[in-house]
Amino acid sequence: MSKLKKEDVLNLAELVRLKLTDDEVEEFIAELSAILDYVEQLSDLDVKGLEPTNQVTGLTNVTRKDEIKDYGYSLEDLQSNLPDSKDNLIKVKRMLN
Amino acid sequence: MSTSWQPIAEIALDVQSGKIKSVDLVKKSLKAINDNQEYKAIIATLEENALKRAAAIDDSISKGEKVGRLSGVPFIAKDNFLVFGADTTAASNILKGFKAPYQATAINKLEAEGAICVAKANLDAFAHGASTENSDFFTTKNPHDKTRVPGGSSGGSAASVALGLAPFALGTDTGGSIRQPASFSGCVGYKPTYGAVSRSGVIAMASSTDVIGPMANSVKDASLVFDVMAGKDELDGTTIDRSPKGYQITDNNIEVKGLKIGIVKEYMGEGLSDNVRQVIEDAVDKLKNAGAEISEVSLPSLPNALAVYYILCPAEVSSNLSRYDGQRYGYSDKSAKNLSDSYMNSRGQGFGKEAKRRIMIGTYVLSSGYYEAYYKQAQTVRTKIINEFHQAFKNHDFLLGPVAPTTAFKIGENSKDPLQMYLSDVMTVAANLAGIPAISLPAGQVDGLPVGLQLMAAQKKDRELLELADKTEGLLK
Repeated sequence: MSKLKKEDVLNLAELVRLKLTDDEVEEFIAELSAILDYVEQLSDLDVKGLEPTNQVTGLTNVTRKDEIKDYGYSLEDLQSNLPDSKDNLIKVKRMLN
Repeated sequence: MSTSWQPIAEIALDVQSGKIKSVDLVKKSLKAINDNQEYKAIIATLEENALKRAAAIDDSISKGEKVGRLSGVPFIAKDNFLVFGADTTAASNILKGFKAPYQATAINKLEAEGAICVAKANLDAFAHGASTENSDFFTTKNPHDKTRVPGGSSGGSAASVALGLAPFALGTDTGGSIRQPASFSGCVGYKPTYGAVSRSGVIAMASSTDVIGPMANSVKDASLVFDVMAGKDELDGTTIDRSPKGYQITDNNIEVKGLKIGIVKEYMGEGLSDNVRQVIEDAVDKLKNAGAEISEVSLPSLPNALAVYYILCPAEVSSNLSRYDGQRYGYSDKSAKNLSDSYMNSRGQGFGKEAKRRIMIGTYVLSSGYYEAYYKQAQTVRTKIINEFHQAFKNHDFLLGPVAPTTAFKIGENSKDPLQMYLSDVMTVAANLAGIPAISLPAGQVDGLPVGLQLMAAQKKDRELLELADKTEGLLK
């Protein structure tokens, strides 16, 4: 019995904004279920009294001064990768049909 | 045909003294790249920029100026480093044609010492993989056997060093991506303590474990490159202070005699192939003969490290890859009718299968209702693993084991089953989860294929680990 059903995969794909092909959906039902089955091994482990680790070297609240710095990046270079632009602005497709 | 290079420190001295020209070194590297195209280690060369930089260095020297510690030394960067003058693709279709608008701190530091980036190396797209077969462009071939993988994800970098395309290459290691290809291709691969090298300008994979490190012909070479790159950077808030002694190993006076080294029991058990075990046991004997005190040490939660990693890594990947939305850079589906379709299509067409798998799994384990069972439980088991490392380092100066359970596998052998491919990382991921330094050293060959020995130390003991690795390298010769 697969952990994930077709509707689970389709729902996930929608959440992460991935248009999948029908073949990919079928493959992912089996593959993602197998991966989830594998990582399931952690559920039985005794972790009583332990806290989760989020940062391994013990750093907390690394801050910097809130000031503008010039790193020498040019607007032209930064814009050169834009798929579409107009008047120095990023141009996107319409949001409403 | 492999090209050979002098030790990096000697090359730089010869350039400084005028004995060799920087331009000739770059030409030698470019020729080696051209002569070895069949291995497909390289995505792009930076010929024009590299020759220009080399000429400028030669010019400074002719004027009697002092140049840096890596002057004229060509190197190859994994294609997830942002480098001026070349596309930075992370071997992914979604970033095809992306021009770096700024440059990685690590590259800036190397350039400041006179090193010259000559090419960008192949990898598994976004560093997701252990063979380069997940590259959206092509698979790199193992320098020792063209029918086999070079390892991954830094497979192009490892093959580059093994083929002598340049004296060193840069890799990134999130779950083993420097050490495993170093083991498979036969070079030194160093994964430093988490935060030792700034990751600014390197395409993020799993930010809580990503590190940058050198791949080179010797520990001394790797230590010099690491020394140049290491240190705090305001552009990466996770960076840590340098060791006051620095990291470059020159005259190495440490005594192997009396060092307490633990063989990790969990890495020597079931799943380890007999021929790899033999190479590791031979290396252990050599360390014993040199006077090291070697004993077995058990870290009982290590068999769970891979499961922890394959929850945390996809979770972080799903977050880090959300920025590729087809609107600001990278591939964009021009035919989409509205913004929603543009996101769906650009990502659906631009990402390869492994990236999609990880985005999906990562989002699943982070989603409400599953977060506690998967993500939080994994972060807590991570603590358990870290505690076991602490315990092990109370009684041992260093830990030792194989890098990977096997030698390089055949191209295609594991690519149909993602879970099988994940198992390549089984002996490397724990060091990433704990943030400790670890190195892969060439320890011998089996049927013509290299085998790496892994040495590990406690967090921030990078210098000590490199000293031991340098001594061990001498014993293994």
